[in-house]
Amino acid sequence: MALRRVSKKSIELGLWHSHGLVREFSTFSLPNLPYDYWALEPVIMTEIMKLHHQQHHQSYVTNYNNALVRLEHALTMADSPTIVRLQSAIKFNGGGHINHSIFWKNLSPVKELGGEPPKPSLGSAIDRQYGSLDALIQKVNAEGAALQGSGWVVSFRNFFEQLSELHQILKWLALDKERKQLSVETTADQDPLVTEGSALVPLIGIDVWEHAYYLQYRDVKSNYLKNIWKVINWKYASEIYEKECP
Amino acid sequence: MAIPVAFSASSSPTCTVLPRQGLPGILGSPRPLQWTKKERRCRRKIGFMVTAKFDLKPPPYALNSLEPHMSQETLEYHWGKHHRGYVENLNKQIVGTELDGMSLEDIIIVSYNKGDLLPTFNNAGQIWNHNFFWESMKPGGGGKPDGDLLKLIERDFGSFEKFVEEFKSAAATQFGSGWAWLAYKANRLEVGNAVNPRPSDEDKKLVIVKSPNAVNPLVWDYSPLLTIDVWEHAYYLDFQNRRPDYISIFIEKLVSWDAVSSRLEIAKARAAEREREEERKKKEEDDKMADGETAEMYVDNETDDSEVE
Repeated sequence: MALRRVSKKSIELGLWHSHGLVREFSTFSLPNLPYDYWALEPVIMTEIMKLHHQQHHQSYVTNYNNALVRLEHALTMADSPTIVRLQSAIKFNGGGHINHSIFWKNLSPVKELGGEPPKPSLGSAIDRQYGSLDALIQKVNAEGAALQGSGWVVSFRNFFEQLSELHQILKWLALDKERKQLSVETTADQDPLVTEGSALVPLIGIDVWEHAYYLQYRDVKSNYLKNIWKVINWKYASEIYEKECP
Repeated sequence: MAIPVAFSASSSPTCTVLPRQGLPGILGSPRPLQWTKKERRCRRKIGFMVTAKFDLKPPPYALNSLEPHMSQETLEYHWGKHHRGYVENLNKQIVGTELDGMSLEDIIIVSYNKGDLLPTFNNAGQIWNHNFFWESMKPGGGGKPDGDLLKLIERDFGSFEKFVEEFKSAAATQFGSGWAWLAYKANRLEVGNAVNPRPSDEDKKLVIVKSPNAVNPLVWDYSPLLTIDVWEHAYYLDFQNRRPDYISIFIEKLVSWDAVSSRLEIAKARAAEREREEERKKKEEDDKMADGETAEMYVDNETDDSEVE
């Protein structure tokens, strides 16, 4: 069940330039989880993992494939309105597929690799840039409301932190492979990380959509964000980091 | 629909004035300010402090009365936690700002800021949307509308069934979080803010629209008539990922067509009033012209090009 690589540029632009030819593609399929559905208990319950993988991710894959089939047809017909109209479905469903394929690899059962802190060189990069792993986690979780005293301090960062309460979002620890720097990013809906910067490589992604935690944590998103670090697979993140920053 | 918060602006305030402002009536009539006896009798001279907090308005039915279609547990979280959170957060945000004292609708329009959202927009929008959502449902709801509402639905969508299909599709395809709406769009041209110079009843029509996150049709100057919340927290406990099932149950078992009909009457009345107002203004301008005041002609007398050396 190979995950076919789609060029980043086409994700960014959402356009497949045909130049008179239609690019061939094979349909995408749902990747297997690298662990059982119950393996992330008690941090993430079995029912959530089943729904998340078999329903949500599957439907992103199905709808992504459908949109691509319609896109191919529209390209052959040179039907520009349809080509353009399909972009949002491709971005949403394709993004959903890309993101969730990463998420499953970012997690690991506690008794295997889950939660074990990153070793050098990623570990030292985190300490260098953020002070400590805990400090990084705080930043990703964006805990602590941005409301300050009796005023509302309007800064971009505060606004965005509040936005995370009022938007379905994804949180990322990213590597800017050009600057060789780590960064914490937030994307909205199912926008993949590259929409925040073409040099950004995802190291850790956390799904903060309600479907990722609601059945277990209800409205207390902060508990979910606190607990998920117990099952984060830092070994996988380190491998990616070391590949880009040898 | 701005409901100003009236507070005592007497020259010698002897009371901390804390008007209990209920949320502006969704169906158009302003709720009367409620003054508690305690406040009226308050004689302490502690200065002139005005706060206008929004309250969390409960649904017009008990939290368990939409069972089995929408569980009590869902309402306890959705209303009791999420909706309450928006109210508390907005109150914190507006304290001491120019938004303090404004009506909820005004805060929404101001914070929408033509699409460049200000921080208060999301909370204000979500408060309004959720009030509207609870009142869009009722125990024993569903069925079919009648009267003017049904006539308009049949006129603008072909049939009630086609309307339902289109509404369900809009609700199902709002990616991520947001809302689907039935709204009344009154005699505006399709182009920007242009006013239709020859308005007719056909221009006023029902439309189905969807909006992301906290946006609602007030920002487009439409009159909302019905809404369904398609954020995951609205249906996940009862339906998990099965959003289409939730939407079907909403239409078949929960919609309060009475509420939708009342809102339509108000929307039509408001549109007619606005039309009359615009006609009156136009007439005033026409009368002014007829009074002999010619339009200003800009003639530059300094450089008379006809004079040639």
